[in-house]
Amino acid sequence: MSVASVEKDLDTLTLTVVADFDAPLERVWDLWADPRKLERWWGPPGYPATVTKHELTAGGEVAYYMTGPDGKRYGGWWEVIEVDPPRSIRFRDGFADEEGNRVEEMPVSEAVVVLSERDGGTRMEMRATYAERGQFEQVLEMGMEQGIREAMGQMDALLA
Amino acid sequence: MAADPAPPWRALLTYNLMVVDRHGEGELDRLFHALADKTRRDILRRAAGGELSVSRLAEAYPISFAAVQKHVAVLERAELVRKERRGREALVRTDPEALRRAREALDRLESAWRERVEQMSKLLAEELEDEKGRR
Repeated sequence: MSVASVEKDLDTLTLTVVADFDAPLERVWDLWADPRKLERWWGPPGYPATVTKHELTAGGEVAYYMTGPDGKRYGGWWEVIEVDPPRSIRFRDGFADEEGNRVEEMPVSEAVVVLSERDGGTRMEMRATYAERGQFEQVLEMGMEQGIREAMGQMDALLA
Repeated sequence: MAADPAPPWRALLTYNLMVVDRHGEGELDRLFHALADKTRRDILRRAAGGELSVSRLAEAYPISFAAVQKHVAVLERAELVRKERRGREALVRTDPEALRRAREALDRLESAWRERVEQMSKLLAEELEDEKGRR
């Protein structure tokens, strides 16, 4: 059992993923709360993560790097906003360089994860958004997409 | 942009936009920088029709022609607009490709989470197996 639904909202650049696990809630929470477990699923296959800091408290920081097959390191960080063990966590998720320094110019997403009991298993709802920086959101909001669609329509009409 | 990455790279791209940026020589950085300004976003909207010259665009803003030219240059470097010569004028056109890139950022995040959920499921199943084995 895994992904139950995926929803993407282009206007707010928000991704919502709902997944169901055949395991008790505490177990699923441990995947987040135990750094040794987190290391085993956060990075893509072949890029295991090494968690160097793991403060799962409001205002706390999680730092990690992933190691590629060629030994190259890819850093990342979370800034924990709120935690309600064993049910929810909200954090900012960003990139770091090989030395672990934050790369502030890069997009930061904000993720909210909520766990709940469901049919003897656990449902995990994860919502991540890039809207915090508001840049893409504003562009899309001001109707740029529509403008382009109209412009393309005009071009089609001219070429017909 | 760098050449299409080999499969292991592709997997990582889904996770790390920074890698894309590194290999795209600052492409993403330029994109975000360009979008961070209100006037530039407005230029993008107006230029979606593609028939406006820089001088016509400049009339819409209470800033100098040179300042508008500068904004257009930033958008051009971020590949958000293209300039086309027509006679003595340069027409500015918004590039729909840029929007596609915004959409791709979300697609990358989706594949990252799909893979994560899969790995979480595997890990939980392994734990269950281990317990059964111990009993």
